[in-house]
Amino acid sequence: MSNKKNWPLWEVFVRSKAGLSHRHSGSLHAADAEMALEMARDVYTRRNEGVSIWVVESNNILASDPDAKDALFDPANDKIYRHPTFYELPDEVKYM
Amino acid sequence: MAEKNLEQIFQEKVDNEIKIEPKDWMPDSYRKTLIRQISQHAHSEVVGMLPEARWITRAPSLSRKVALLAKVQDEAGHGLYLYSACETLGVERDDTIDDLHAGKAKYSSIFNYPTLSWADIGAIGWLVDGAAIMNQVPLCRCSFGPYSRAMVRVCKEESFHQRQGYSIMLKMANGTVEQKRMAQDAINRWWWPAMMMFGPNDAESDHSAQSMKWKIKRFSNDELRQRFLDMSVPQCQLLGCKVPDPDLKFNEETGHWEMGAIDWDEFWNVVKGNGKCNRQRLRDRKVAYDDGAWVRDAAMAYSEKKKARNSKMAAA
Repeated sequence: MSNKKNWPLWEVFVRSKAGLSHRHSGSLHAADAEMALEMARDVYTRRNEGVSIWVVESNNILASDPDAKDALFDPANDKIYRHPTFYELPDEVKYM
Repeated sequence: MAEKNLEQIFQEKVDNEIKIEPKDWMPDSYRKTLIRQISQHAHSEVVGMLPEARWITRAPSLSRKVALLAKVQDEAGHGLYLYSACETLGVERDDTIDDLHAGKAKYSSIFNYPTLSWADIGAIGWLVDGAAIMNQVPLCRCSFGPYSRAMVRVCKEESFHQRQGYSIMLKMANGTVEQKRMAQDAINRWWWPAMMMFGPNDAESDHSAQSMKWKIKRFSNDELRQRFLDMSVPQCQLLGCKVPDPDLKFNEETGHWEMGAIDWDEFWNVVKGNGKCNRQRLRDRKVAYDDGAWVRDAAMAYSEKKKARNSKMAAA
């Protein structure tokens, strides 16, 4: 690792059009948030890819541990009653 | 025992086309291979700006100039996507750049050839970007998530590069006698280096088998080179130019073009640093990086000052 003082890393999220969520586009280095936003514009929306951008410093993101994935998502595995297909309907009910 | 299990789980995921993400367990050698390949790919994008950049101010018209400017800007962006993908593997961008500047990391040898005339910009877009696309499209399906996502973005943007190059070639090849001569001359100089971009013949390629098993690589060097040859020969003929390969012939039976032997001595000579522009390219990179240091430091100092001022105001 270098001991130079590098620009921190930022994650870039772009809303491609009104009505859609912001989606992760990638990351970049910038000295501060304003610069990150300007650079995100130049790097990730050169071809009208977006109408809105979020930037967030990468080390502010807490991510779940991939090795703990099974335990983390396990509670959802046996709850089939959360899905509409779990419930049987008489044929007479056409749409529900 | 436990280590072996992890490796098996990893390989099963790869075999089942499940992408590997940065925080997933991966063999050290897989990580190292990717850091080497992605950082060298990033360096290639950045160094690749140099042969073209000098023609931005010399472009023959405003429309050619804005197109070339956009292409070179894309390449800076592609370098950034790739450095970012590389950083997810636990290296710092600046460290990979230090390796480049110290001569420890390579970049694509193609950028060690000089750009002598405007037709070279056409030949680069058509042949060099064409070969790069041929290499990069299969990388969109690479097993490592961040690399594959970066490649999707790069490939989307790069198809314009090849077209703008071919459009320059078309104009030149249908122009005056002198323009035609320049077009042919550019093809003569770029054809073979472009063919070499796919790397050594399969029998000589060290990393290929492992990379195929890991699904970093999907097709062999020779397979991709053959596809590129089959595409490029008719395009060259359409320009009314000659392919600079006296042994080139069409095999009616297989339906494929067959090329003459590649001069691998030249290839290795350029890889080893003895191409026409190796020293110049590296020097230009270092100068650009060092000259920009004060800007990076000033921006960081300003950001810290602002942060300190804000927290003081919040405390007051």
